[in-house]
Amino acid sequence: MSKVHVSTTINGDPVEYLCEADETLLDVLRDRIGLTGSKEGCGTGDCGACSVTVGGRLVCSCLMLGAEAEGQEVETIEGMADGENLHPLQQKFIDHAALQCGICTPGLLVAAKSLLENNPDPTEEEARYWLAGNLCRCTGYDKIIRAVMDAAQEMRGAS
Amino acid sequence: MALDNESQNQKRNFKVVGTRVQRPDGIDKVTGKARFGADMSAPGMLVGRVLRSPHAHAQIKSIDTSEAEALAGVRAVVTRADFAVIEDDEFTADTLDNCMAGEKALYDGHAVAAVAASSTAIAKKALKLIKVDYEVLPNVTDVDAAMALDAPVLHEGRANETVPAGMSSNVVARHEFGHGDIEAGLAQADRVLERTYRTAATHQGYIEPHACLATMGPDGQADLWCCTQGHYFVRDLCAAILGMKQGQLRVTASEIGGGFGGKTTVFLEPVALALSKKSGRPVKMVMSRSEVLRASGPTASSSIDVRIGMTKDGKITAGFAELRYQGGAYPGSPVEFGAMSAFAPYDLEHVKTVGWDVVSNRPRQAAYRAPGAPMAAYAVESAVDELAKGFGLDPLEVRLKNAAREGTKASYGPTFPAIGLEATLQAAKDHPHWAAPLGENQGRGVACGFWFNFGGNTCVSMSITPDGTVTVSEGNPDIGGSRASMSMMAAEELGISYDRVRTIIADTGSLGMNDVTDGSRVTFAVGLATIKAARAAKAEMCKRAAQVWGIDEDAVIWEDGAAKPAGPNAGEFPPMSLAEIAAIASNTGGPISGHHEVNAEGAGVSFATHMVDTETDPETGAVKILRYTVFQDAGKAVHPDYVEGQFQGGAVQGIGWALNEEYVYGDDGVLQNPIFLDYRVPVASDLPMIDTVILEIPNPGHPYGVRGVGETSIVPPLAAVANAVSESAGVRMTELPMSPPKVLAAMKSK
Amino acid sequence: MRYEAPTTIDDAVRLLTDGSGDRRILAGGTDLLVRMRSDMADPDVIVDIKGIEGFRDITREDGGWRVGAAVSGAEMGEHEALVAAWPGVVEATNLIGSTQVQGRATMAGNLCNASPAADSVPAMVAAGAVARVVGPDGTRDIPVEDIPTGPGRLSLTQGDIIASIFLPDPGAGSSSDAYLRFIPRTEMDIAVVGVGVALTLDDSGTCVAARVGLGAVAPTVLVVEEAANALIGTKVDDAALDAVAAACSAAANPIDDKRGTVEFRVEVSGVLARRAAAIAKTRAGGAA
Repeated sequence: MSKVHVSTTINGDPVEYLCEADETLLDVLRDRIGLTGSKEGCGTGDCGACSVTVGGRLVCSCLMLGAEAEGQEVETIEGMADGENLHPLQQKFIDHAALQCGICTPGLLVAAKSLLENNPDPTEEEARYWLAGNLCRCTGYDKIIRAVMDAAQEMRGAS
Repeated sequence: MALDNESQNQKRNFKVVGTRVQRPDGIDKVTGKARFGADMSAPGMLVGRVLRSPHAHAQIKSIDTSEAEALAGVRAVVTRADFAVIEDDEFTADTLDNCMAGEKALYDGHAVAAVAASSTAIAKKALKLIKVDYEVLPNVTDVDAAMALDAPVLHEGRANETVPAGMSSNVVARHEFGHGDIEAGLAQADRVLERTYRTAATHQGYIEPHACLATMGPDGQADLWCCTQGHYFVRDLCAAILGMKQGQLRVTASEIGGGFGGKTTVFLEPVALALSKKSGRPVKMVMSRSEVLRASGPTASSSIDVRIGMTKDGKITAGFAELRYQGGAYPGSPVEFGAMSAFAPYDLEHVKTVGWDVVSNRPRQAAYRAPGAPMAAYAVESAVDELAKGFGLDPLEVRLKNAAREGTKASYGPTFPAIGLEATLQAAKDHPHWAAPLGENQGRGVACGFWFNFGGNTCVSMSITPDGTVTVSEGNPDIGGSRASMSMMAAEELGISYDRVRTIIADTGSLGMNDVTDGSRVTFAVGLATIKAARAAKAEMCKRAAQVWGIDEDAVIWEDGAAKPAGPNAGEFPPMSLAEIAAIASNTGGPISGHHEVNAEGAGVSFATHMVDTETDPETGAVKILRYTVFQDAGKAVHPDYVEGQFQGGAVQGIGWALNEEYVYGDDGVLQNPIFLDYRVPVASDLPMIDTVILEIPNPGHPYGVRGVGETSIVPPLAAVANAVSESAGVRMTELPMSPPKVLAAMKSK
Repeated sequence: MRYEAPTTIDDAVRLLTDGSGDRRILAGGTDLLVRMRSDMADPDVIVDIKGIEGFRDITREDGGWRVGAAVSGAEMGEHEALVAAWPGVVEATNLIGSTQVQGRATMAGNLCNASPAADSVPAMVAAGAVARVVGPDGTRDIPVEDIPTGPGRLSLTQGDIIASIFLPDPGAGSSSDAYLRFIPRTEMDIAVVGVGVALTLDDSGTCVAARVGLGAVAPTVLVVEEAANALIGTKVDDAALDAVAAACSAAANPIDDKRGTVEFRVEVSGVLARRAAAIAKTRAGGAA
């Protein structure tokens, strides 16, 4: 098995790594880069806990090879806050108690951020459909949707 | 220090309890810093992987691991032969057998061997080199089929003394509860309804797969990091399985990514310890999703016969239920809880339930949120609904007419103290949801639910730091915000602000025994111990103040976060705050802390009423949840956000159980849907907002009146949704899940 | 295992045919990586085609739209002119999996996964889509319905690459299309039944051309000519819709599995065909 050399950008940092040809981006992030904020809930693209953006597009990092990140801009949950300032979505998740166990939270936040970048003024239904690939088993989604809608409103007011 | 009166305590004006503060682990969890089971690593760590049976039922004739052991990078291979024989404890023996099969593989996915290797790729390759010689046996996965006399038998001689002679060996226990004379009661009814209901097995569906990191040295000392609902129980089980002393194994609970009961036992942990012992290296093991679904602990499937008699004015004259639960390959299905809870919401003169515990070729069940109760409530609440509607009666009025209340002798034995069922029913009746109009193809369902709630062994230690902040150490993994609740109760009791208290989950070496985070026990029992530990700390601080003032310690009281003279006769001293007392602790006798150890009793039961509107597509049988409202008694809601969260989460798990979630087995006994694509938990777009109404009927057994809230919320939704769908589809549904093919077939056959 | 990311189609064909072993094409990866994860695939070489020139382009050609093999459903959904021309094809591709999957999954990949339940295929079939295949024997155009031959089986040979999917312009008149699927939840499921309908109305609102594709009810996606014939020459009124429903239910030849029963799939084939045809008619400007 020959390893692939990859030069990429993760959360704004230039990063180089060697990975196996069949290694997923999720495994690279967690096991090689030490970014364990992205979670594996299923490994088959059905739960969204590993959500990241690549080139600005929301993907499941378990459904992408580490080798495919060559030359890309990867953003993970670890890059969401600006230093000690939380992103409005992060703050709203805390304010609305939109997490219980917290395992789905990184993926949901990355997906919600992508939603608001694509659609700053989503309806509740649009938010629910955009986030349908992010499973949460604790909350019944109620407080998550409230947090996302509240963050959207606040971000619209700020811009 | 004079102790407060408990009932006055419950009526006090709370300052911290009841507010919506921010949880202490919030920032770690929204920034990806929180460390869950799979997020820990250790120098020199190996990867552990499990080889699993592809057969539902097979004799293991031999296992040849020699080629795997010879593969470069493989450091250890274990099979059952590497574990000691456990003779005198059936529960521990079954747990070991479930973690690593002995003579037989008993279900699809049953572990038969495990390897530890230097990489995932090598570990996977090694598994392929292990040769297992199986003799495939006939299998049975359905509960009624497993009870048949000609069914394939999993174990001989496991039935206990409650099982009459002449039944299948798969029937392992019988439970009976009730009082009165059923036949006499039924004879008074204007109508007796007899129905059989069935529910599929469902999985807790926690998003975090099981994971652990084990290190064990040649001296037998070991450390284990794992995601669990109870690290003390993990310690005790692993020690028993591996023949270790409990004190030699320290278990640290990681952040836990959901459990709902499914993480109250061990699967990987003893295997990881055995691999670490054999290899001399740390071993990390993480389940895949398909391993979780095939080989962790889903709940039971059930088949339930109900007979209920009702007069035409809605009085229930008698209730009978016979419940059959298969709990997988070993004894221990939650049928006893089902039989106890089935009629708990009703005040009945004549009531009887019989429960049968049955084994089958499925994974050993683990607890799932109010284990055993949702299926039983589904059957009884469906039957009550059908009777009420048959007489043209309001289903809420019928429930109010028969509701259990203070003084009711419960069907399972005890007499209820103050309970909140009537309050939830009355709140439901008064809610705008109940009066809202319904459209075409729409229906509304209501149902009640009950859970016992547990107390149990609990140990809390509280330290007052020199600068006057407070650390609470407790031993129950925080699965949904309990650290916030403990900090709130500590702050309330000490009279200081919430932000001066931090609660941590201690490892097994740092506190006395704590029972598992289960039975909705934590906010009740750990909360109680936290309050009592705070009282111990307050008593000590009053003593220190008394010492400084030179007065008797009984003449000092604690008020608003400070020690004060009890009255004018005690002397004239300005209040001495917690921070002031802490700052001079070295001069008044040394560090200050408070402790409380208890096997807590008095966990108040919790009742709920759920109301749901559904719409059924008459051409496809697809069901949409339009509106949902939960009414539940919380005793006292310590942190209302997280109480609402428990109500909402339980309701939605119940909706999934009612509509689409199920374990699907083929004739070969192999699980057909071991991925989230086909094990269909509800997604965000399936649901409306879940409205909540918190009732507060104080639990007399807790200083602040707290009742557990986590489990009751999953009990009513199966029946509530079924009652709504039966109305919106125009046909009574008696089998879960009510997936579209079933609903469409029922509508077409009506 | 090797990972290759060629930039020309010739290099890609060579990588897929040069030497032995299991050689797989990677576009969006949403099927291949799941197979690898489930130990159902263990390729020796993975050939990533996303870097090949033109493979990520949506281009207007004489006589139709050409969609590169590596264009994701999300990219199709963001292309206004394509959405206006083929709303059904775009929505079919763009409801595969989650938002995350839609950012990666492609029509060509969905076709080559050869699942009878593939969402985009009934819509492509209805649209008369043609796959451009480049391989060791040169370039050829093949109707999409001729590519899968059964679950997991293709008529293509090793080294063949679908370079693009061509959606030919409908004939004179007002045209549109629609795709509907049945799933137990609102998202994230595999289709239990999927129906694509494309039709053209003349000035009087009479249907002059139609195609109907039916998925998840047979080993491959079906072209239901009887359903198309039931539309052509009608005003797509209730009687025509009843006939479409009956034709699709009659054409369905499904199996019982964990996702649905035979009886359910037969019934719902008709229900969805009727609904999809009505949507296509409305989109084409037909009177309600």
